[in-house]
Amino acid sequence: MFVAIILILVAVGSVLFHLWSPWWSTPIASNWGYIDDTIDLTFWITGVVYILILFFMAYCVWKFQYREDRRADYEPENNKLEWGLTILTTLGVAGMLAPGLIVWNDFITVPKEATAFEVVGQQWAWNYRLPGKDGKLGTAATQNITDENPLGINPNDPSGQDDVLIQSEDLHLEVGKPVKVLMRSIDVLHDFYVPQFRAKMDMVPGTITYFWMTPTRTGTFDVLCAELCGVAHHAMRSKVVVDNASDYQTWLAEQETFAQSIAEARNKTKTIKTLASK
Amino acid sequence: MSFFSELTAKPWLPEQATAGGLNVRALPPMNVGRTALKFFLGVASVLFFMLIVAYAGRMAFEDWRPGPTPWLLWQNTIMLILSSMALQWAHYSATSGDINGVRVGLFAAGAFTFGFLTGQVIAWQQLGTSGYFEATNPAIAFFYMITGLHVLHLAGGVVGWTAISSKVWSGARTAEVRESIALCTIYWHFLLVVWLVLFALLFSSDNLDVLLAICGIK
Amino acid sequence: MADIGHDAADYAPPAELEEVDLYHAKSWITKYVFSQDAKVIGIQYALTATAIGLVALVLSWLIRLQLGFPDTFNFIDAAGYYQFVTMHGMIMVVYLLTALFLGGFGNYLIPLMVGARDMVFPYVNMLSFWIYFLAVLVLVSSWFLPGGPTGAGWTLYPPQAIMQGTPGREWGIIMMLLSLALFIIGFTMGGLNYVVTILQARTRGMTLMRMPLTVWGIFVATILALLAFPALFVGAIMMLLDRVLGTSFFMPHIVELGEHLKYGGGSPILFQHLFWFFGHPEVYIVALPAFGIVSDLISTHARKNVFGYRMMVWALVAIGGLSFIVWAHHMYVSGMNPYFGFFFATTTLIIAIPTALKVYNWVLTLWKGNIRLTLPMLFSLGFIVTFVNGGITGLFLGNVVVDVPLSDTLFVVAHFHMVMGVAPIMVIFGAIYHWYPLMTGRMLHEGMGKFHFWITFLGAYLIYFPMHYLGFLGMPRRYFEMGETSFVPESAATLNEFITVTALIVGFAQMVFLFNLYWSRRNGIVAEKNPWHANSLEWQTPEMPPGHGNFGKELPVVYRWPYDYSVPGVEADFIPQNVPAGGTATGAE
Ligand code: HEM
Ligand SMILES: [Cu+2]
Ligand SMILES: [Cu+2]
Repeated sequence: MFVAIILILVAVGSVLFHLWSPWWSTPIASNWGYIDDTIDLTFWITGVVYILILFFMAYCVWKFQYREDRRADYEPENNKLEWGLTILTTLGVAGMLAPGLIVWNDFITVPKEATAFEVVGQQWAWNYRLPGKDGKLGTAATQNITDENPLGINPNDPSGQDDVLIQSEDLHLEVGKPVKVLMRSIDVLHDFYVPQFRAKMDMVPGTITYFWMTPTRTGTFDVLCAELCGVAHHAMRSKVVVDNASDYQTWLAEQETFAQSIAEARNKTKTIKTLASK
Repeated sequence: MSFFSELTAKPWLPEQATAGGLNVRALPPMNVGRTALKFFLGVASVLFFMLIVAYAGRMAFEDWRPGPTPWLLWQNTIMLILSSMALQWAHYSATSGDINGVRVGLFAAGAFTFGFLTGQVIAWQQLGTSGYFEATNPAIAFFYMITGLHVLHLAGGVVGWTAISSKVWSGARTAEVRESIALCTIYWHFLLVVWLVLFALLFSSDNLDVLLAICGIK
Repeated sequence: MADIGHDAADYAPPAELEEVDLYHAKSWITKYVFSQDAKVIGIQYALTATAIGLVALVLSWLIRLQLGFPDTFNFIDAAGYYQFVTMHGMIMVVYLLTALFLGGFGNYLIPLMVGARDMVFPYVNMLSFWIYFLAVLVLVSSWFLPGGPTGAGWTLYPPQAIMQGTPGREWGIIMMLLSLALFIIGFTMGGLNYVVTILQARTRGMTLMRMPLTVWGIFVATILALLAFPALFVGAIMMLLDRVLGTSFFMPHIVELGEHLKYGGGSPILFQHLFWFFGHPEVYIVALPAFGIVSDLISTHARKNVFGYRMMVWALVAIGGLSFIVWAHHMYVSGMNPYFGFFFATTTLIIAIPTALKVYNWVLTLWKGNIRLTLPMLFSLGFIVTFVNGGITGLFLGNVVVDVPLSDTLFVVAHFHMVMGVAPIMVIFGAIYHWYPLMTGRMLHEGMGKFHFWITFLGAYLIYFPMHYLGFLGMPRRYFEMGETSFVPESAATLNEFITVTALIVGFAQMVFLFNLYWSRRNGIVAEKNPWHANSLEWQTPEMPPGHGNFGKELPVVYRWPYDYSVPGVEADFIPQNVPAGGTATGAE
C-alpha cells in the first residue's frame, strides 16, 4: 500500500511540479517557436506514457502484493499484446520524430534573404564581424592572425576591408531581419548560445559552422558559451542587443571597420616608437 | 543449432524440455582458444578499421599532403607473405603428423617475421632521417602510428610463436601443438590481410581518390 | 506444466571436468590476492570499483557545494571545479559502473549462472583485474603530479584537453589517456573470458534460451564493449601523440595567447566521432547488464516468470546492434554535417522501441504476480521509475531539433544521471541486496536497507527531476558559477541550494549502506539456503557461499528455463533449473 501510494505521489508530484514550476524556457526572442512546439508535443506524448506506467505499477504493487495463499499467473508471453504495444510505441515515436525532422529541415535551410555575420570565439572572449557597405564578409583564417589583425581577416581580400569589427563589445542585430550566423574559433571549441534564441552551435577551430534565425523582439540578451573551453568557460560572456531598424543603423554607423582598425593599430605602434625614440 | 535459430526457441514449452529437443546439449569439445581468437580478431578488426576511417576522414581535408611510400615496404610485404606461408606449412605438417615439417615451417616463419619486423624498423628510421619528416604532417604521423600498432600486434603473435617453438624443440609431439599452431596460423593470416589492406590503401601509393570513393565522400 | 516421462533418452549424465583443469590456490596470496578464482576476482573488482567510486561521490559533493553555494568555499576555484567534474564523470562511467557490472557481477555470476566451475581462462582473468587496478592507480596518480588531474570534461575534447587554458594539461591528461588505454587492455582480456565462457562452458542442458537474462545482459554488453572500446583506444593514442610528440591528428591551426602554435590541419570533430562511437555503446554497456539483472530480480521477487522472455532477449540483441549507429546524436550541435541529423535522429528514436518494450515487459511481469516487496524488489521498482523518466528525456535529446536548445544545459546532466547514473545504480543496489546472502551466507539488515532505499530513491528523484527545468531555463552545464545574467531568476539559486542539500543527504545514505555491508558480514541474520526461492543455478550450489569449483563433485544438469515460478499444477512456487521434469524444488537438495 505504502509503496503504491509513493509511486502515485511521484507521478502526481511530477505533474504538479511541471505545472507550477517557476523555472521554464525563457520567453522566446527568435523565429524558433516551432522548436518550443516540438518540445511541448514531446512532453505530451511522453508525459502520458510516464504517468500511465507509474499508475500501472502502483496498481500492480497494490493489487498483487504477496499473499501466502495466492499464486502468480503463469504466462510466458503474449504475442498479440507485445506486438500491439510495439506498434503503439512506433506510432508515438513517429509522431514525435516527423515534426522534429521537419523543423530540423527548416533549421538547416538558410533562407536566401538572410544576411551573414560572423562570431569569432577565443579563450575567453567573443568577437563579431559584420559585412560592411559591400554587404560581403571578407575571407579569414587563423593563419592570418597578427597583433594588429586579431581576427585573422585576409588583408588582401578587398571585400574584407570595410567589414565592421566588434571586439569584446555588445553585438547589435536588427529585429525582424533573418541572419545567418557564421561561427569560427581561433583556439578551442566554443559554442555560441543565446537562450532566448533557442539556437546554438559549436565553434570549431579550422572550420566554419552556421545556423540561422530571425530575432523577433527587441531587447538585450546574454550570450553564453555552451562548450567547455577551459578554466574561464563560465565567464565567457557577451550581450546581443536586438534593435529596431533606426537604432540599429545609428549603432552600425559608429563602428570601426577593419581598414580603420589596422590604420589605428599602426598609428599606435608609430607613436609608441616615436615616444620611445624620444 | 545455429546461434540465431536457437534464439527462437520457447524454453518454457514442455516439448522443448525433452532430450530430443533443446535440453540436453552435449558439451561440445571445448574450443575455447578458437572462440577467443575469433573474438579477438573482431576487436583488432575494429581497431584497424577505425584507423583507416580516421585516415580517410583526414584525407578528405583540402590541405592533405600525400604520405611517403617507402620502397622498403614492398620487400617487407613479401616477408610477411612468406612468413604466413611458412606457418601454413607448419600447420599442414602438424595435421599430417610430420614433426620435421613443423620445425621447418616454424623456423622459417620466425625468420621471415623477424625480417618483416626489422624491415619495418628500418623503414621508420629511413623516414625519420629523410627530408620528408615532419611531425605535423598527418600522413607521416598516421604512418608511424598505424604501422606501429600493426607491429605491436605481430609482436604479440611472436610471444605465442615462441611458446609453441620452445615446446616443439623440447620434444613435443605434433598432436600436442596442432591446435596452437592452427591458431597461430590464423592469427598470422589475419595480420597479413590487415597489412595488405593497410598497404594497398594507405602506404603503397597516393590513393586519395580511391579511398574517398570507398568512404562515399566523393 | 505437463509431466514429461523420464525415459532413457532424457537422461543426461552430468558433465565432469577433469581435476587438473581446475586451478587450485596454494597459498594465502594466490587465494586472495593473485587469485584466479572468478568469484574472488569479481569481489576484487567490486571492492576496487567501490573505492574509486567513493572518490567520485565525494567529488560530486564538492561540485554540488560549489553550485549550491557559490562564493562560499574558498578551496574550490574554477580550475579545481573543472577537475572535479571531469574526474567525477570519468570515474563514475568507466571505473565504477563498467568495472562493477562486467568485472564485478560478470565474474561472480557468469560461471555460477551457466553452471561452470570457473572462467575459461583463469590466468588471463587475474591479469585483467590487475591491469584494471593499475589503471585506477595511474588515474589516481594524476592528483599527485604537477598540475593535477585533467579538467577537460569527461569527454576530453581536443584541442582544449591538451592546451594551456585547461587544468591538468601538464600530466593530468597524459595520465588519463594512459589509464584509459590500460583499462581497455585489461577489459579486453576479461571480456574475451566472459564471452567465451558463456559460449563454451555452459553446463549440460543450458541452452542459450535457458540462460537467465542477467547472463544475456552481461553477454551482449561485453560484446558491445569489446567492439566499442577500440575506438576510444585509437582516440586516446592519437591524442597522446598530439600532446607528447606534437602530431596534429586532432589539432588544427591554433592561436593561443597571441601565438601561433606548431599544430595544423587536424580535425577536432574526428575525435568526437571516435569518442562517441565508443561513448554511446558505453551507455548500453552500463544499461544492458542492469536490464538483465533487473529482469531476474523482478521475476524472482514477483514469483512470476519474466513476461515475454524471448522478446527480452531479442530486444537486448537489437539494442546492442542499434547502439552502434546512433553515436552522433551526441554531436548534433558539434558542427558536423547537419544532414547527419536526419539519420541519427531516426536511428536514435528507433532504438527507443525495443527499449520501451523492455519496460512494458517489466511492468507486465508485475501484473498478476505475487509481489514480495523485498529490498531487491523495491530497488527494481525504483529502477523502472528512474529509467523510464530518463528514457523519456532521451527522446527529447534524440530528436535532433529539440536537442538544439537543450544540449549542454543542465537538462542533459539531469537526463544522463537519471538514465545511466541513478537507474543502473538502483539495480546495483538491488543486486547486492539480492546476492549478498549468496556471497556471505548472511542477509543484509532490512531496516538499514529500507532507509537506504527510500532516501536514495526519493532523494535522487528530487535532485534530478527539478534539474531538468533549470536546463529548460537555459543554464549551461560545466559552469563554475552562473554569475550575472538577465534570464536566471533568484529562485534558481534556491533550487540549487535545495539540490545540494538533498545530494548531501543521499550521499550520507550511501554511508549507511556501506556500514550495512560491513556490519552484516558478521552480524546479519544467517541466510537459509536459497533464501529467495530462486531458480537459477547460482543458488543451487552444494555450499553457500559457493566453494571452490562452484558445484562440488558434479556439475548440475539443466532441465528447464530459469523462470518456472508459480507453474500451474506444481505445489512449490518455484522449480530450480536443475530439477528434472516431474521433480520438485525439494528434489534439488
Ligand atoms: C550522488 C550522486 C551524484 C551526484 C550528486 C552527481 C552530481 C553531478 C554534478 C553536479 C555534475 C556536474 C554537472 C555540471 O557540469 O554542471 C556531474 C557531472 C557528471 N556526472 Fe554525476 N553525480 C552523481 C552520480 C553520478 C553517476 C552515478 C554517474 C554515472 C553515470 C555520473 C556521471 C556524471 C557524468 C558523466 C558527468 C559529466 C562530467 C562532465 O561534464 O565532464 N554521476 N555529476
Ligand atoms: Cu566555453
Ligand atoms: Cu548516446
